[in-house]
Amino acid sequence: MHARTAHELHTLIANKKISSLELTESVLGQIEKVESDIQAYVTVTRDEAIKQAKAADERIKNNQNVTPLTGIPIAVKDNMCTQGILTTCSSKILANYLPPYNATVVNKIKDAGAVIIGKTNMDEFAMGSSTENSGIHPTHNPWDTKTVPGGSSGGSAAAVAASEAILATGSDTGGSIRQPASFCGVVGFKPTYGRVSRYGLVAFASSLDQIGPLTKDVTDTAILMNILAGHDPKDSTSVDLPVPDYRKALVDDVKKLKIGYIKELLGKGVDKEVKDSLEKAIKKFKELGAEVREVSMPSFEYAVATYYLIAPAEASSNLARYDGVKFGHRSKDARDLLSMYYSTRREGFGNEVKRRIMIGTYALSAGYYDAYYLKALKVRTLIKQDFEKAFKHCDVLISPTTTTPAFNIGEKTADPLSMYLSDIATIPVNLAGLPAISIPCGMSKGLPLGLQIIGKAFDEETILRAAFTFEQNTDWHKNKPNL
Amino acid sequence: MKIDVEHVAKLARLGITPEEKKLFEEQLSAILEYAAILNKLNTDKVPPTAHAIPMKNVLREDKVIPCKNTEDILDNAPEEEQNMFRVPRIIE
Repeated sequence: MHARTAHELHTLIANKKISSLELTESVLGQIEKVESDIQAYVTVTRDEAIKQAKAADERIKNNQNVTPLTGIPIAVKDNMCTQGILTTCSSKILANYLPPYNATVVNKIKDAGAVIIGKTNMDEFAMGSSTENSGIHPTHNPWDTKTVPGGSSGGSAAAVAASEAILATGSDTGGSIRQPASFCGVVGFKPTYGRVSRYGLVAFASSLDQIGPLTKDVTDTAILMNILAGHDPKDSTSVDLPVPDYRKALVDDVKKLKIGYIKELLGKGVDKEVKDSLEKAIKKFKELGAEVREVSMPSFEYAVATYYLIAPAEASSNLARYDGVKFGHRSKDARDLLSMYYSTRREGFGNEVKRRIMIGTYALSAGYYDAYYLKALKVRTLIKQDFEKAFKHCDVLISPTTTTPAFNIGEKTADPLSMYLSDIATIPVNLAGLPAISIPCGMSKGLPLGLQIIGKAFDEETILRAAFTFEQNTDWHKNKPNL
Repeated sequence: MKIDVEHVAKLARLGITPEEKKLFEEQLSAILEYAAILNKLNTDKVPPTAHAIPMKNVLREDKVIPCKNTEDILDNAPEEEQNMFRVPRIIE
């Protein structure tokens, strides 16, 4: 039962073939069975989930406010605040943090009647591409537990792939939804910046962060987007635009759709199998009647460097709040205020977080601001302009989501720069604030590969249409890991 | 490119050990060296982009509303006293 999609399960629940309680117990059973190998969760909220499942069954019995997610078990990334439920960001500095409020997306999920099954593991403060930077424990890829699940939403992607949740939320600052989705063979969608409220999302880089779904297929992504999207007065960066019914975008038709594939993301450093899978995707889209052409994005060469100045700069400011005063860890060595700051932050943060705080502090400091931070903001403009040019002739752009399949645990931890460079295909999208999806499109040595489809700002629908059409005409999403 | 890790860590209120200092010096210098590729681009006439979509200030009415969950908030405090956050002495 837990292996099925949310839309399949909704039909079974609505027709009273199964109850939410049975389904929730089935998912909890799967967690019990595989979690020791996968370690997707920081917290499993078993008792609370059973309570919510019973409430959902009551709602269904009385036919009261039944939504497509009522009674469906969902996992929430551990950087989204859940009132009275630990929200650790996989950091020692927040190991005991019990939020006094819910993130807007959490309220929306609860209002829809979905069952929150637990909080998923991540790279500490969402900084990383492998979930190895978690201060709690690493997560393992369900396809091969020697490899990473990707990151930073590695716990959410692994939980969905291993059917430890039916669907999940993630957050994406430089690829943190799409890259783990690609590595774990699931669908991951980063909406346009401003489409989903960030209220209650622990801030990493505020001009780049965006919340989105991780699901087993494109239909479930549309269903979860219908719940998550929308303006929120509590987030000044959320955009007040009408939200379409994303399910209506699920049309099996790409005839005359103008698709551009990005030349720079098929160059050196890209695995042969990855290139092959993209070429097959291009062929498939052509067969289905799309018009496919090559586009060039010369600024992409500079995207990783740009991102690793801007994101740490914003992070160094956002993470100044972890000072041991009002919440989170406080060092026992605090003799005076300054030593409290120094030792609290030394003990509480892991190495990757420390690196980024320092890079950001440096890039913003007197004498270096113009040379690093301002320079990066200017190159960000060039990256945005490259997208604008491409979208004059294209409806969507495609590329591999990652240059390789999942790498081995420990392979890149000693060399942070090599880890950063693995995000070359996903980072430019965040810098331009655009929406993009990753869907399964191939296999390499037993590991899944992802196809990235990028759209114009606030045109999530064309992405979903292209992704849905690809999915309907291929079988990659039906592959499941052996557990 | 050599970064003064000790100075930057001080600015960031981040305590680091001598071993960490050495490790971070190497790693951060490598990252900044890589970032130097941006200098290949002439950006003299390019405006900076801080946000990908247009941003405006959003203000709400300046109205006092009661805070109902003071207790939940203070429960997270490392140390509290009389409904306040307690910190080490800051004035002699």
